[in-house]
Amino acid sequence: MSTYIGPIRDMQFVMKELAGLDEVAALPGNEEVSSDLVDAILEEAGRFATEVLSPLNHSGDQEGARWSEGAVKTASGWKEAYRQFSAAGWTAIAAAPEYGGQGLPKLLSTAVMEMWKSANMAFSLCPMLTGGAIEALMLRGSDEQKSLYLTKMISGEWTGTMNLTEPQAGSDLAAVRTRAEPQGDGSYKLFGQKIFITYGDHDLTDNIIHLVLARLPDAPEGVKGISLFAVPKFLVGADGSLGARNDVHCVSIEHKLGIHASPTCVLAFGDKGGAVGTLVGEANRGLEYMFIMMNEARFAVGMEGLALSERAYQHALGYARERVQGTEAGVRGGGKVAIIRHPDVRRMLMSMKSQTEAMRALAYVVAAATDLAHHHPDPEVRAERQAFVDLMIPVVKGWSTENAIDVASTGVQVHGGMGYIEETGAAQHLRDARITSIYEGTTAIQANDLLGRKVARDGGQAIKAVIASVRQTAAEAGSLDGPAFKAIQNALADAARALEQAVDFVLDTYGTDIKAASAGSVPFLKLLGIVAGGWQMARAAIVARNALASGKEQSSFYQGKIITARFFADHYLSLSAGLSHAVVYGAAGTLDLPEELF
Amino acid sequence: MKILVPVKRVVDYNVKVRVKADGSGVDVANVKMSMNPFDEIAVEEAVRLKEAGIATEVVAVSAGIGACQETLRAALAIGADRAILIETDAELQPLAVAKLLKAVVGKEQPQLVICGKQAIDDDANQTGQMLAALMGWPQATFASKVAIADGRATVTREIDGGLETLSISLPAVVSTDLRLNEPRYATLPNIMKAKKKPLDVTNPADLGVDVAPRLSTVKVEEPPKRGAGVRVADIAQLVDKLKNEAKVL
Repeated sequence: MSTYIGPIRDMQFVMKELAGLDEVAALPGNEEVSSDLVDAILEEAGRFATEVLSPLNHSGDQEGARWSEGAVKTASGWKEAYRQFSAAGWTAIAAAPEYGGQGLPKLLSTAVMEMWKSANMAFSLCPMLTGGAIEALMLRGSDEQKSLYLTKMISGEWTGTMNLTEPQAGSDLAAVRTRAEPQGDGSYKLFGQKIFITYGDHDLTDNIIHLVLARLPDAPEGVKGISLFAVPKFLVGADGSLGARNDVHCVSIEHKLGIHASPTCVLAFGDKGGAVGTLVGEANRGLEYMFIMMNEARFAVGMEGLALSERAYQHALGYARERVQGTEAGVRGGGKVAIIRHPDVRRMLMSMKSQTEAMRALAYVVAAATDLAHHHPDPEVRAERQAFVDLMIPVVKGWSTENAIDVASTGVQVHGGMGYIEETGAAQHLRDARITSIYEGTTAIQANDLLGRKVARDGGQAIKAVIASVRQTAAEAGSLDGPAFKAIQNALADAARALEQAVDFVLDTYGTDIKAASAGSVPFLKLLGIVAGGWQMARAAIVARNALASGKEQSSFYQGKIITARFFADHYLSLSAGLSHAVVYGAAGTLDLPEELF
Repeated sequence: MKILVPVKRVVDYNVKVRVKADGSGVDVANVKMSMNPFDEIAVEEAVRLKEAGIATEVVAVSAGIGACQETLRAALAIGADRAILIETDAELQPLAVAKLLKAVVGKEQPQLVICGKQAIDDDANQTGQMLAALMGWPQATFASKVAIADGRATVTREIDGGLETLSISLPAVVSTDLRLNEPRYATLPNIMKAKKKPLDVTNPADLGVDVAPRLSTVKVEEPPKRGAGVRVADIAQLVDKLKNEAKVL
């Protein structure tokens, strides 16, 4: 089975030389953050990912989480791994210091999170969902809720869940029917059924804090009548002690295509008299609170796309170096060679490598921008960075997860017939990746968000600022010598033009023919992803070139960056024109066929 | 009691090493580096002795390029109190390292040096022994259990025939075997604290040590590829092959 090794060199490069670690470290509250500290944390997280989480990835997939008698048993090794994970303090990396967190910047916690997800995505979902619940309680919880729950959730002693979906309420949360009845003492009793609840039950910790969307008796219809409640698995006394078992039970778990070791639960609230909960924040504002956390959650799922791509790449690369098959094209009498010598295997590996690096560059740049948007002293900088983050969140989510499916599928292909055999392990990455473009808002939901809220609403202001920056980078690349930089300049300039054309179409059509605009929304999202990824790869190539010119160590790393950026330019940026065409001219073909002809 | 723990920065044990095309050595460009696993066991043992109230201070020391600071920070994150880097770009061989350590021992006056039995890159298994000889101290190598009491160390060693227990007087050098302990994972708060612990940098010249190599590497090559297996007809043929071809019987 393949061993995952954290791509720490590339992470360091992106954080320090592309995303602006220095600028993030200079923000108030980040006084302890330095280049050395980042190295030390990445090293140790990488070690934990390699030695503890990665070995359980395949066995967890094979064994899966089990349900019996109303309780979930996690796969072998999970409990001990979770104990070590929380004992080492990893659950607290980004959380608030006043409740025991380390309060480290998002740029750093993002790189660490990537390693958990690469090493063992099914495991990583537990702390990720807990992180979402922590965030919700931090933002809107009462003092009492904070003091009862937060310290233990941040230390990892308890976990948290997010309960949104019901059978009739998937992407459309307005249809939520779970009810909450006030008990007159400030508490509520909840009744209803939630589905697709990640780690909704497990044997890793003594308690689980469920955050649940439900309706109050007098709530208005639709999205404005949904409130958020905190419902613990075991009731918690004022002194923090565990009390009676609450009336929330896992009645079954789903059998899924991937992430087998992550229990996806059906939770029944109130079958035996009502699940006791408390209101989080104000009544009827639950969905609004969920949206505050949506950026965070969507970004995290985008990171899963990146993380699984990296894992699939490492797996395929290891095989391509080892597997001997055939002779090298154009070499007579050279004997049998490892398949990495075959041009198309190289193309596949380069496609995996370049897409993964482009996704990482974009995701970390967005993470750094998030830190600036939250903590920069200048409100203008905060607003500008926030606009960039808002624009890019659906791209990081939608583009990276769609890519991951492609990259993991290519990983299977590199293995040939062995890739189709489960024992090889390459297929797991593809199965695990498949959910990422679905949950936390499908690609279409991301694309609608991008078109409506992020492009049309501000009249294209944020995206045009990006296009201007892309052009600047293209010009900068063009000023450097060598065929690689010429290729990058041309591809990037053409891609910027293609994107601009698509943006103009969206701005013209969104208000007048929303169906035509929406029909091209996913190609539009992919187009922006490719341009943004290619932009970051071009920046990386320029940085690498300057590093080489200044005689920095590790020249082979920087040379590799330039070649990889060029590959991305020729193989992916070149797709921009086609995607732009699909956006601008594709609506007729999508919408004209009468429904009965399907 | 003060304990000195030498640590070495080596290619991470998960990395599949590749020999350079010109056969001059192993390719370490863009390769993940980590603390030698046996040294990690040594740090862990020293920190446990401190936690047990037996040791008062644990000092980690490394010799090599500036990047060895990362390795020292890792030792500090496990629980060492402070660190010393002997910075040099020169190729260091076991005797040179032993001499450098002798100079540090002279300054620091530890009662115990705990080191890894060997480094996983060159597998020399010499530095600890050389240091003990240069100091004129007792040594106990390949320790699987260490107990300190009354100015003596009782060390259980793994030998071919089983376990051997030695009692040596301090100061002494102990080298660690794999089963001595299972090193902990550094916690995030301790990684952050490690940053604030003192790390002094010195160099071979300041310590008055000549580190010029005494050995030269002639050639580095990959081990021969394993050949295909054969099916034997019967036990007699197997025994014959083991005797006459493999020559193991």
